Amino acid sequence: MTAPADDLARMVRHEGGKVLATLVRLTGDMTLAEDAVQDAMVAALQRWPRDGVPANPAAWLTTTARNRALDMIRREAQRTRKETDAALLDEVTNRLAEPHSASVVRDDQLRLIFTCCHPALAPEARVALTLRTLCGLRTLEIARLFLVEDATMGQRISRAKKKIATARIPYRIPADHELPERLPAVLATVYAVVTAGHHAPEGPLESRGELAEEGIRLARLLCDLMPDEPECAGLLALALATHARRDVRVDAAGDLVLLAAQDRTRWHHDEIAEADAVVQGALRGRRPGPYQLQAAIACVHGLAPTMADTDWQQIADLYGHLERMAPTPVVRVNRAVAVAEVDGPVAALALLDELGPRAEEWHLYWSTRAELLLRLGRPAEAAGAFDRALACTPNDSDRRFLERRRAEVRAQLAP
Amino acid sequence: MPRYAALIYEAAATEGQGTEAEWAAVMAEYMDFGATAGAAGVLGGGEALQPTATATTVHVQGGKGGEMLTTDGPFAETKEVLGGFYLLDCADLDEAIRWAAQIPGAWHGRVEVRPVIDFGRE
Repeated sequence: MTAPADDLARMVRHEGGKVLATLVRLTGDMTLAEDAVQDAMVAALQRWPRDGVPANPAAWLTTTARNRALDMIRREAQRTRKETDAALLDEVTNRLAEPHSASVVRDDQLRLIFTCCHPALAPEARVALTLRTLCGLRTLEIARLFLVEDATMGQRISRAKKKIATARIPYRIPADHELPERLPAVLATVYAVVTAGHHAPEGPLESRGELAEEGIRLARLLCDLMPDEPECAGLLALALATHARRDVRVDAAGDLVLLAAQDRTRWHHDEIAEADAVVQGALRGRRPGPYQLQAAIACVHGLAPTMADTDWQQIADLYGHLERMAPTPVVRVNRAVAVAEVDGPVAALALLDELGPRAEEWHLYWSTRAELLLRLGRPAEAAGAFDRALACTPNDSDRRFLERRRAEVRAQLAP
Repeated sequence: MPRYAALIYEAAATEGQGTEAEWAAVMAEYMDFGATAGAAGVLGGGEALQPTATATTVHVQGGKGGEMLTTDGPFAETKEVLGGFYLLDCADLDEAIRWAAQIPGAWHGRVEVRPVIDFGRE
């Protein structure tokens, strides 16, 4: 395939994604809408190279898909001769006659996001549906990104679509008072797309990058669609700041590289600067949330020239704030790491001690403890903590790292 | 309008294991729900079921006309068992979930919401 044909295919897919949301609203049937848009996209790929790209590609695709959808409903109504199908035909015909504007198209996309991320759907189905309907990814591509069989992903998507239709999950933008309940699932879905791009070291590098970029694209779309929700901006900033470290997050062997050991000259500083501007703008609204705070922390790290020159006081404060909103062991352990830099390892250990048994299943709790004990000159206890960390059965990359650290500590202990 | 069945899963009191007072307290909560949902017009009906001690699970192996297997007790061996259900007339799943969350079983146990087949539309 030549480059211009590639560009055309990408443009058709991108525009088709926007058209799909509208067709879903018009027909109320995700499968029918997908088929109609698919047909319209095929027609575009046949005609546009010959006749030229129309002035308004989205309008062309929408009209073609609408006509196609009407054909399909009409044929079904004739075939079944059922009153219900005839009624649906009337209903859709009326809706199709309504004029549509740019703002309607935006609302359609927002509606579809909330449907795809509905809490009645399984989280992994939300991610798959969102990538498929809003990013225009094919089932095959989504399966490849999540390292599952094509058929498995196909089932996951079709089951979710069936549930939407059968249980009547509505295509509706939640009212303002419902947003606190509904928005977190949307943000978590988009964040899952971003992090899947970073925490899949076994996947091919280029597909990991693609996933993170789709996640960032979705986060930008959310900011655009819900400009009054500062957590959307927080999510975008967090995604940008995290993605900016993509080139040095893992080494050639696929092992995680600690922040202290990362080559900061290879971070994408322009992206960190954008993340910082976005999160600062959001925080000025004085409605902080977990995504804004995590983004702010990532930006403090991202803007620090070295590990030593990091504003640890600010990071400790931000983690303190975050812990009040999301009191999890993960946040506490991260806060302890920052506090160790500001107030020393004794204060940090005291924070870990307060955690109690609920953190003891987590290897990073023990490895953090081990590093603090080392700084206090208690290597025997540190080695014991590394033992406990390894007993939590971490993933391969973390296990190799912990075993190396434990060996170093044991070497110190040897007479 | 689509109809929804709200199936209530609970252990303890409604399974006949609680004290008289616990039973009365739970019944009061159900009366309360019944009054509220009834007044709002979403309640299409509902029944309480006998405790699971009276239940029999029937299974036919190998499809229609196959060997019938009967077992004493409910199908799923979990702490919560089906104790009753409501039929909810709601516009969509969101509304059904909202009502389901107000059923006492939502906190005493679980409420499963399932769309009811509308044979007129199938």
